[in-house]
Amino acid sequence: MKRFTLISVPYLWLIVLFLVPFLIVLKVSLSDAALAIPPYSPTLDLSQGWAGILVWLDGLDMENYWFLADDNLYWKAYLSSLKIAAISTFLTFLVAYPFAYGMARAADEWQPTLLMLVILPFWTSFLIRVYAWKAILSVEGFLNQFLLWTGAIHDPLIILNTNVAVYIGIVYTYLPFMILPIYAALEKMDASLLEAAEDLGCSRFSAFWLITFPLSRQGIIAGSFLVFIPAMGEFVIPALLGGSRTLMIGKVLWEEFFSNRDWPVASAVAVILLLILIIPIILFQRNEQKNREAQG
Amino acid sequence: MTESASTGTDFEPWNDPKAVPLIQFKNVTKRFGDFTAIDNLTLDIYAREFYALLGPSGCGKTTIMRMLAGFETATEGTISLSGQDMAPVPPNKRAINMMFQSYALFPHLNVWDNIAFGLKRSSMAKDQIAARVEEMLRLTQLEKFARRKPHQISGGQRQRVALARSLAKAPKLLLLDEPLGALDKKLRQETQFELVDIQEKTGTTFVIVTHDQEEAMTVASRVAVMDHGKVVQVDTPANIYEAPNSVYVADFIGDINIIEGYATPISDTMVSVDFAEGQPKIHTSCPTGLTAPQRISFAIRPEKLLISTEKPTESANILSGKVVDIAYLGNISTYHVKLASGQMIKAQSANTRRIRRRAITWEDDVWISFTDTAGMVLTT
Repeated sequence: MKRFTLISVPYLWLIVLFLVPFLIVLKVSLSDAALAIPPYSPTLDLSQGWAGILVWLDGLDMENYWFLADDNLYWKAYLSSLKIAAISTFLTFLVAYPFAYGMARAADEWQPTLLMLVILPFWTSFLIRVYAWKAILSVEGFLNQFLLWTGAIHDPLIILNTNVAVYIGIVYTYLPFMILPIYAALEKMDASLLEAAEDLGCSRFSAFWLITFPLSRQGIIAGSFLVFIPAMGEFVIPALLGGSRTLMIGKVLWEEFFSNRDWPVASAVAVILLLILIIPIILFQRNEQKNREAQG
Repeated sequence: MTESASTGTDFEPWNDPKAVPLIQFKNVTKRFGDFTAIDNLTLDIYAREFYALLGPSGCGKTTIMRMLAGFETATEGTISLSGQDMAPVPPNKRAINMMFQSYALFPHLNVWDNIAFGLKRSSMAKDQIAARVEEMLRLTQLEKFARRKPHQISGGQRQRVALARSLAKAPKLLLLDEPLGALDKKLRQETQFELVDIQEKTGTTFVIVTHDQEEAMTVASRVAVMDHGKVVQVDTPANIYEAPNSVYVADFIGDINIIEGYATPISDTMVSVDFAEGQPKIHTSCPTGLTAPQRISFAIRPEKLLISTEKPTESANILSGKVVDIAYLGNISTYHVKLASGQMIKAQSANTRRIRRRAITWEDDVWISFTDTAGMVLTT
């Protein structure tokens, strides 16, 4: 009984915090938009008993999903989000790996400090940090001022309000999520493995590719999912740093909700986003599972 | 040299003035900052030897091994392999392989790929690599586990994979860093004999680092006993045990009684040792002889003492005492006997009778006797 209570806590949380909100969103996505509060119909009227439930069920349909399938704006937005998330995950990996490697190889007394520095940005509001990037990347921003001053460029670069700014923003924001799992994988690696590789005829460089890199693979996979999954639905970064041509599903979702006030369509967009994300989430879980099994 | 090597063969290149050592340390000193790990060390290791570096932790034995592997460089002096100075040769270019204390098996590769790892780094052809790996698997009886990952096999099997991997490239010299430290006692004893067997089959020169004197005695052709960065004595296991050159070695290897006393020469090879008031002098041989009376330590192994309840009639040395403690080890018992003058003497005897019928028990008055050649006179 005690065991059951213990196990039921996370399930209860999952039901209250995930399943119930999801079911509400799912229901809204099957409704029709209406000029009312809340802005959709039908709404469940339990005072009429069983008949009320039947009327309510009858009012639900798949219309919004057909609408999404018809309008290619949505499909383009999903594909564009996938592309931006994939590219920025790869870029984050390129930046994070040397960082994590340097941290893992640093003297023991430095490692806690370096770890702190990686986590430090979380102490400031995410929104303020993204706004700061606006100040850096804009035409009159610090980056352009600096480059003009050094003479590296003669005309200011247009970075803000382009996809490049979105990539920079995502890489910057999600860097710690990539660094930490890679660092954890590298840090627990036995140093004598590299000596053994060298002893068996490897150069330092090939020892890295044959031993260090494969052994950090689990960390890379974990980090990639931790970046890819939230980047896919990212709204704030494309809204603040991206331009009008930056098409991301998070932005579409926001516009449906708050500009069009079409909650049912917005809910349908969210449900499909979740379905798309379930694939990498399941892959991530399986990777973690395999990892645990491999460690015995 | 009072005895031939314990193996009974005539493999004693160190006694052959014409033999050329495979490895030579010449006045090697290694310092880490202020700390001197190896202090002016000179030693020779010959081809096909099973050479044990024995000492307590921190004595510098691992540093010697790491210098041989190339992970550390000597601060002073030269290390040569087959006459070639090794200082400029990086670890990956040395014909020396090492078996790590942690085994350092690559966790992402299976047993087969672990063993093949070094071979793949050489210019060996693919089919030759496969043949060599199979040979190593057979040698270490791992054929059945070739496709397993290191975490899927037992500790003893991992140890054998590490051995196979380090032997695969047929190195001139194999270094073993506490190779059996992670195994339980029974498996360790079996593996010791396997190691000797493999060493003889492959004809490789082995250098083993260990703090376990029993292990060193079992496997080695010669043992170097180390203390604080210096080699105290290098000799065959039998000589190290029977003829230690110092109290340190005598005390480090096996169990021993050390009695301090004042020795007076009686003849060229005999001395008498006065060790306490009221006790008879010990008559003992001293092959090197003493020129003048001096303070010495008389050392004698517990198993070389005879313990009895009746006073022995004929023996060069007879002491009397009282049993204060008995350590029962199954096959043998060690009796702790207190002499009237206060010294504690350990005497060992085989338990030829069942324990209930044991003749000697606590608080018994007993006699301890030994011949005049059983003990050793140590001046350092």
